[in-house]
Amino acid sequence: MKALSIRNLTKTYGNGFTALHGIDLEVEDGDFFALLGPNGAGKSTAIGIICSLINLSAGTVRVFGHDLVRHSEKVKQCIGMVPQEINFNQFETVQNIVLNQAGYYGIAYKEALVRAEKCLKQMHLWDQRHTVSRRLSGGMKRRVMIARALVHNPRLLILDEPTAGVDIEIRRSMWQLMREVNEQGTTIILTTHYLEEAESLCRNIAIIDKGTIIKHSKMSDLLAQIKVNHFILDLADRLAQPPVVEGYDIVQLDSQTLQVGIPGEKGFNQLFLELTRQGISVTSMKNKSNRLESLFLDLVGG
Amino acid sequence: MRYRIALLTIVTKEVRRFMRIWPQTMLPPAITTALYFLIFGTLMGQRIGDISGASYMDYIVPGIILMSVISHSYANVVSSFYSTKFQRHIEELLVSPVPNWVILAGYVSGGVCRGLLVGTVVIGISLLFTTISVNHLGLSCLVFLLTAILFALAGFINAVFADSFDDISIIPNFILTPLTYLGGVFYSVDMLPELWQKISLANPILYIVNSFRYGLIGVTDIDITVALTMIISFIVALIIFSLYLLKKGVGIKQ
Repeated sequence: MKALSIRNLTKTYGNGFTALHGIDLEVEDGDFFALLGPNGAGKSTAIGIICSLINLSAGTVRVFGHDLVRHSEKVKQCIGMVPQEINFNQFETVQNIVLNQAGYYGIAYKEALVRAEKCLKQMHLWDQRHTVSRRLSGGMKRRVMIARALVHNPRLLILDEPTAGVDIEIRRSMWQLMREVNEQGTTIILTTHYLEEAESLCRNIAIIDKGTIIKHSKMSDLLAQIKVNHFILDLADRLAQPPVVEGYDIVQLDSQTLQVGIPGEKGFNQLFLELTRQGISVTSMKNKSNRLESLFLDLVGG
Repeated sequence: MRYRIALLTIVTKEVRRFMRIWPQTMLPPAITTALYFLIFGTLMGQRIGDISGASYMDYIVPGIILMSVISHSYANVVSSFYSTKFQRHIEELLVSPVPNWVILAGYVSGGVCRGLLVGTVVIGISLLFTTISVNHLGLSCLVFLLTAILFALAGFINAVFADSFDDISIIPNFILTPLTYLGGVFYSVDMLPELWQKISLANPILYIVNSFRYGLIGVTDIDITVALTMIISFIVALIIFSLYLLKKGVGIKQ
């Protein structure tokens, strides 16, 4: 059974703006799925509709076989939602936020206490359970929202930019938490602007732009389409000018650093053979997009 | 069972909210009504004399009690539900399998609890100034409860339409307070010119105050059956309208 099946979903707002132009989307049970797109592409609208925060204009949404319009309560039972912005009562304690959510799902208080303890411990928030939530750090607030979304054991967890604006250390720890939740059988749909995050976590991906799905495939298939990978090479000795290696795009960033574009079909061997032949010794190599993050984690000891 | 737990969760949350800020919710009505009783009842009342056979103090007690119930049941729901919208934790409810009637019942119950609690505090204050004779206990309790329900519903509708904090104070300041003062709390409509008597009949608070006054001291300007019918009709109309707004997602869904 599909965790999520969307057919011809359309949303036109009251001001006449059409945010979704009849999109189709399917997510398998147990998947870790990325829904990516630029700002204003329609990601949040699609997620808002799935989570009953926005009314759909046309089309159908089915969650584990339940139709969103005809059986909305069954759909809601299946879904846990972690929104982009903090949306809990910041005057409530952490534990009460989770307990209230359990209550909305009809979970009796004694059972809710047990579940809240489990979720808060999983999110490393148990020690903060009596803290008024406005006193928490940004990362803790995000984890409160995940704990809240998990308290009714949803089969489908929707994370709308859960790591937006948090530092790299917290982001990494949240990735680990999300992996654990997925490994326990919960299907996850993730929207994010951090492509590295989607690449690291997700097995399948859809890309939405201007209200239309422009790509819907396996992550590995998509990555295979990347023509050129960019790497940063640190050199042992200073260079006066960048080396020339046929078939590779090499830019000198400073006297001991090169940025190299490596075409997918060429690989590394020929590059290193040629650099060695020219007497250039490479001491380390990093993926260009991860360089600053790795440096930051090294500095903070994360 | 599931709905009962959801309802209890909302009500508990609401009661906890206004009890947490009791100096703002419980203390002011006690002080304000004590001043009303002192100034209007004790000092001026002695000069005004009796109205319809009741002392002026006894005459104004029912209206002042209901003024507190009206303003606090209304204020609780309008401020709480609007804050819920403003801070976006309404989304906690919208993503949950909570039917609209449970959301409405939960918030209205919270407003009713605060209205009745404040009303009870005001009754306690009034006992410092006079003795309250109860002519019809059942009717008094019924009107006490229906008043809280009616204005909690009105507060809910105000909150649904409100787009700013200004919007949640406009109705109480410019409509509710004048209607309350012109609803026969401090005078009998028989004392007004004939035209104003007729205009006053369009004021729902007139029916409420007179029903409650009849329940307590047995004095009324209005037929009680008509008054109760009006109050219940207003409540039913507001419930239907509120559920319609929730179903359409007015003010809470796009």
